[in-house]
Amino acid sequence: MKHIKTLNTATLKKSMAKGGCGECQTSCQSACKTSCTVANQSCENN
Amino acid sequence: MIHKFSMDGVNMVLDIYSGAVHVVDDIVYELVDDYKKYPKDELIQKYKEKYALSQLEEAIEEIEALEKEGLLFTEDMYVDYLSQFQGRNPIVKALCLHIAHDCNLKCKYCFAGEGEYRGHRSLMSAEVGKKAIDFLIQASQNRRNLEIDFFGGEPLMNFEVVKEIVDYARSIEAKYNKNFRFTITTNGVLLDDEIQAYINEHMHNVVLSIDGRKEVHDRMRYTVNHKGSYDIIVPKFKKIADSRNQTNYYVRGTFTRENLDFAKDVLHLADLGFKQVSVEPVVAPKEMSYALREEDLPMLYEQYEELAKELVRRKKEGQGFNFFHFMIDLTQGPCVAKRLAGCGSGSEYLAVTPEGDLYPCHQFVGLEEFKMGNVFEGIQNLPMQKQFQACNVYAKEECKNCWAKFYCSGGCAANAYQFHGDIHIPYKIGCELEKKRVECALYVTAKLAE
Repeated sequence: MKHIKTLNTATLKKSMAKGGCGECQTSCQSACKTSCTVANQSCENN
Repeated sequence: MIHKFSMDGVNMVLDIYSGAVHVVDDIVYELVDDYKKYPKDELIQKYKEKYALSQLEEAIEEIEALEKEGLLFTEDMYVDYLSQFQGRNPIVKALCLHIAHDCNLKCKYCFAGEGEYRGHRSLMSAEVGKKAIDFLIQASQNRRNLEIDFFGGEPLMNFEVVKEIVDYARSIEAKYNKNFRFTITTNGVLLDDEIQAYINEHMHNVVLSIDGRKEVHDRMRYTVNHKGSYDIIVPKFKKIADSRNQTNYYVRGTFTRENLDFAKDVLHLADLGFKQVSVEPVVAPKEMSYALREEDLPMLYEQYEELAKELVRRKKEGQGFNFFHFMIDLTQGPCVAKRLAGCGSGSEYLAVTPEGDLYPCHQFVGLEEFKMGNVFEGIQNLPMQKQFQACNVYAKEECKNCWAKFYCSGGCAANAYQFHGDIHIPYKIGCELEKKRVECALYVTAKLAE
């Protein structure tokens, strides 16, 4: 494409297939403790 | 739903429900607003004075192609999906152990009230800590990866108990097919070579509290004698970060209204050689002089942008570092179930007081109405656990139509409660800053992909 560069695919939609295993890190355990961010966590089931 | 923004000449379009992220030129950036409003011929008419016909047709074709592929204008498909998870019994997989409700610093902004959490000074006993491990093993059902965060107050004031709890968990994890991951959060004052060696051997992650520049840090983080702690901790933090090969740790600071130019503090920490940095906005009652106000937002946005640009520059020069809030992995991030459910406070993540009482998270500790049970008898207030589990992005009016909901997952329940008395109403300043951080994170990703 000349006008659009796509950085990723439909990751959210795809994650429905095998998501929700719950083995990933809890958001607050990493560093935050006051400001919730979830998107910067990583998946344990890739 | 789409969201678009432009930063430093980079135009970005996010397709919220597919998770796709696009970098686009000026034509697409304009067209994307009107694409769904007008038929193709009217769209061309509208923009023909500004752009060449061939360019317009080409851009429209590209938008059409992405829509067909499910990468633009994707509809919400998760409401029913979410109900599958909401019906499950909550599983606890992480505990924040308040090892010490006491502290050797008297930080001005501390939400723990100098470690005491609206209560009295106390230290967790090994007995309570071990019971917490037993409780977690049982409450985690078939989950294998379990997390324990040693928190305070200052956990190094009760480090022998930390060691006993770690030894106990390690001694039984294989038997129950569990994998414990330990984190410790410390102000560093008591850190020495022996403790460092123990932390490096046993702790998956260590969070080192430091705010940035010496004058900024010392103004907020001082000892009982009102002496700044910067000079005490910096050499220790440098040493432990290097000893961990600059991975699996964070230097973690708080910025307030007294250092709205906080990008300088982040860069100061990077200049000290730290490669894993997190500096976050204070959450404080409005009446506090250092609390952030809505009028501060424009300056804070500028600071995040400045930081994003500098981070890109340094990364391209091979001098990069990780800024926690700008880290986004677009290909292997969390699944949509996690993004919908949020941080897990009150359902899969609980805090344990020195006495063994359970609360939804560390920030709720001491609010008696949020006591959920204790490690000896388990969770007694199951409706509260269910209420927290159900507190997902679709349960919050403000979040339903927000483009950032899959990045922040509905924000912090404790902040919401603190400002609105309701865990379902997000804290506005927190939301605005989060949205800016997500945009900056995506900008950084786009620049590094050039």
